[in-house]
Amino acid sequence: MDSGFIALLAEKLVEGLKTTLLLMAICGVFGNLLAVPIAFARISPRSSLRKPAYIFILVLRGTPVLVQLYLFYYGLGEILSRTPSLRHSMLWPYLRSAFGYAALALTLNTAAYCAEIWRGALEGLPKGQVEAAKSLGLKPWQFRLLVILPQAFRNALPALSGQNVLLLKATSLASTITIFEVMGAANLVRSQTFRVYESLFGAALVYVALTVAITFMFSLVERWVNKPYRH
Amino acid sequence: MATCRLDRHVALPNGSPQMDLGWLSGLAYGDTGWGDELLRGALLTLSISGCSYLLGLILGLIGAAAKSSRSRFARTLAWFYTTIVRAVPELLLILLIYYTSTSALRQVIVGLGIAQDFEVNGFVAACLSLGFVQGAYSTEVFRGAISAVARGQREAAAALGLSRRHTWWLVIFPQMLQRALPGLGNLWLVVLKESALISVVGFSELLFTAKMAGGASHNYLFFFLTVAIAYLVLSVASARIFEVIERHIGRHERAQG
Repeated sequence: MDSGFIALLAEKLVEGLKTTLLLMAICGVFGNLLAVPIAFARISPRSSLRKPAYIFILVLRGTPVLVQLYLFYYGLGEILSRTPSLRHSMLWPYLRSAFGYAALALTLNTAAYCAEIWRGALEGLPKGQVEAAKSLGLKPWQFRLLVILPQAFRNALPALSGQNVLLLKATSLASTITIFEVMGAANLVRSQTFRVYESLFGAALVYVALTVAITFMFSLVERWVNKPYRH
Repeated sequence: MATCRLDRHVALPNGSPQMDLGWLSGLAYGDTGWGDELLRGALLTLSISGCSYLLGLILGLIGAAAKSSRSRFARTLAWFYTTIVRAVPELLLILLIYYTSTSALRQVIVGLGIAQDFEVNGFVAACLSLGFVQGAYSTEVFRGAISAVARGQREAAAALGLSRRHTWWLVIFPQMLQRALPGLGNLWLVVLKESALISVVGFSELLFTAKMAGGASHNYLFFFLTVAIAYLVLSVASARIFEVIERHIGRHERAQG
């Protein structure tokens, strides 16, 4: 392998890495945060909350991420482009950027999967916790926030870690809607130089490193959360 | 889709012009709509998913056997397999295998003199790449299921004087299968959705067909919504089927409990 090719590949991969990290950060933060209220809605005794949450989770988990991505990018983009007031507005360049659609689709997808994880964790808590919190006179939002949520978080952590690795892998799909993240960058180099193996292996290395980093960060959080329980 | 087909059959014998399906006309059967193409795409999606799933199960059994094997080499190889596949995006692996399997398999077959020339078609390449990814996940499901079979079962088999092979096939394997079933059901749902990734290399399964249809008719939203509903129906239906199988297989334990 000549150094010129390696330099080109490295340069493109680093460029792509920035986009991947940005996409991952946005979807990771908003997806994980959005999952909590959806999970509470999903187990709510009120059907006006429970049913929409159930359908949201079912649809997002029952269809391929790629379909969701296309639905937002091509489908929603199509509707927006047919709305003249938007088409000719100052906002149009932003509404046309593929990045926004990818961020939206992956955030909602992550929210649905994580909500299901949270639901399992919430339902796994002993009933006595709720009763004890109520008998202490805590208000509903107080016992949800102070008693239920921290304990459920501890139960949900291992699965959330896996889900965030899946999110990282799903960001590679953004390359199919013209975003040059790591996968897109590797594809670009592949088509420019016709070196299939080197470019794809380069991208694979980046993803392995990112997966290790995510898993490591979650294991740190896990250790921190489990500290009071160690003897 | 079925209704569109019916409409056309009803409309044609009378010699009357084809019925106007309104906003559903994109799904018409025949030259005017994409109904037949989408149906063919859906069948391809199902058959690719089915073949990849089977290949994944075979690789998974081999992988799980390797993980619980006494050979250090086999264990390390299986560890690399599952770790790499779980850390690298499916899309990347599928591109890599799809592009290389076509040329590599051809070289092997021509090189061995099995055939003068051999063209690996898209279907085989798609199944190979998806099946390879599935195999890693199946390995984990089977490995978990094997370790969930109680230790006493193994000891009891040894006490009865069963050979290693008999212990595996008569005692461990059937119990392992039952414990693996929920995981295997999930994997089917995963491969069904993952098969959509094959559309990226231009293989005309369900999603690719919808993209073609959307591009040609300038109505992406309609066609992507249609395939989203199709995937959803397939997922929900298969989840139900697995539920029934699980209940059927677990019926003895319930009767005892």
